[in-house]
Amino acid sequence: MINVDIGTLFFAAIFTNNILLTNFLGLCPFLSISRELRSSLGLGTAVVFVMTCTAAINYLVYHYLLEPLNLVHFRYIVFIIVIAAFVQLVEISVERFFPALYFVLGIFLPLITVNCAILGASLFMIIRKYTLLQSIVYGAGSGIGWMLAIAAVGAIREKLQKTARLPKGLEGPAITLLITGLMALAFMAFSGMIQIQ
Amino acid sequence: MIQLILSLLALSGIGALLALLLEIADSFIANYGESHILINNEKDVVVEGGSPLIFSLMENQIFIPSACGGKGTCSMCKLKVLEGGGPVLPTETPYLNKEELRDHVRLSCQVKVRNDLKIEIPEELFLVKEFQVKVAKIDLLTPNIKVLHLKILAPNEGISFKAGQYLQLEVPKYALTQGPEYRAYSVASSADEAHDLELVITRVPDGAITTYIHDYLKVGEELRVNGPYGDFYLRESDRDILLIATGSGLAPIKSMLHQLEKEQPRRKATLFFGARTRKDLFYYERLREFEKSIPGFRFVPTLSRPTDDDQWDGEKGRVTDLIEKHIPENANIQVYICGGPTMVESCEAILRQKGIPAEHIFYDKFE
Repeated sequence: MINVDIGTLFFAAIFTNNILLTNFLGLCPFLSISRELRSSLGLGTAVVFVMTCTAAINYLVYHYLLEPLNLVHFRYIVFIIVIAAFVQLVEISVERFFPALYFVLGIFLPLITVNCAILGASLFMIIRKYTLLQSIVYGAGSGIGWMLAIAAVGAIREKLQKTARLPKGLEGPAITLLITGLMALAFMAFSGMIQIQ
Repeated sequence: MIQLILSLLALSGIGALLALLLEIADSFIANYGESHILINNEKDVVVEGGSPLIFSLMENQIFIPSACGGKGTCSMCKLKVLEGGGPVLPTETPYLNKEELRDHVRLSCQVKVRNDLKIEIPEELFLVKEFQVKVAKIDLLTPNIKVLHLKILAPNEGISFKAGQYLQLEVPKYALTQGPEYRAYSVASSADEAHDLELVITRVPDGAITTYIHDYLKVGEELRVNGPYGDFYLRESDRDILLIATGSGLAPIKSMLHQLEKEQPRRKATLFFGARTRKDLFYYERLREFEKSIPGFRFVPTLSRPTDDDQWDGEKGRVTDLIEKHIPENANIQVYICGGPTMVESCEAILRQKGIPAEHIFYDKFE
């Protein structure tokens, strides 16, 4: 049980302990989806939904199924199965209700399954011994933080494309990594500000 | 031991629960139910949602032309979706210009039927029918080109088409495909024949469909075709006719020659047929025969890479060289070109340079 109030935890998960810029988890979709702000926000919303729900479900499964039955050594398999099922659900829904987004995201929607940030949130919840409410809040906050980070990079890239004259070799992944690195550097200033572990 | 059973049960339990959840989600969310498609404000068809529009229409015997079998690469399946089509997809935008987007033109192979639709299709497509055919004979014309002789089994009255039009052949699912596939092939036989068809098929390296036709298809096999499609056919005019073809582009041209043989018009026709070597000149004897049966018809083959064995003393070079050499400025001709896209475009460019007006140049590009 960690002693931090919900509001602070939520704020910390989004800003000061941003799962992407501080813990460096969930970088794979960054380089391809962050090209456009709209698709970044679309993917970000999906990630928020998956992260919050899977954090909650994984908490319940871990504490009410795995621990009582002495099956904690199965936690990785079980977490991944739960995450995969959720992502499948999200994909079916997005294809039905937002077909344009479905096509733009392409393969990166199902790849949320192996986005390390998602599994990372569940594992952090176990390691840091969060309560159910803390887990939900941490999951939601991390998701929103991830979405903000990818949206920020998306917006910067869109702006750069219109206004900057980049050397040919720097276009694409190179400049994205540089931008992300600079943002991470800025976020290092937050380290130690709020204790959420 | 208990522990082992317990862990197996727990894991299976979790798996089973999630599977159930996904099944329910799939049948509710991914189930699009029945949709009504209102066509041209007069015909209403009811289809099962969830498939692309082109296939839903096909199931209701309304055939939309497609050369790529619904893969989103040939853009022949365009039609207007006035209501219910949803947002234009990134897979469609490369093929639609501003006016088309304004007129609600969509690629019917990319629009998924999720709700009721209101669409508009050209009236001619209602004349397109499906035919059951049997493979009567397969001949090898060149190492890479085969001709299929098909006999129409149903419907009884056979097919009615204009020389130069094409059909869509349905190739059944086999080792290299996920399901039935459709490809477009021009009819090489005479439009007078209502029950016999000739289709000329060139082998495409690693092509799933042409591999089936060249390596797996047997005489006696039954297939389905639908058609006729296309606006590549002879137009009435006083102008003389220039026909240009390379490779299997000769197929619709041959059908046109059958038509000329029957009609015996006063217009003089010339055929420029381009190939690489002597053995690529298929239908050579038949084309020479046309020279005898069609008054004023001249067959001019040209080889771009004749070998010494060929002992070729005819024209050398490409069809574009023939145009350069033989066609005078502002010639009084109507031109029909059929072959690969680059050949068609180069020929058109030279012809325009020579002052042949665009409205007298017709072509069928074989992608």
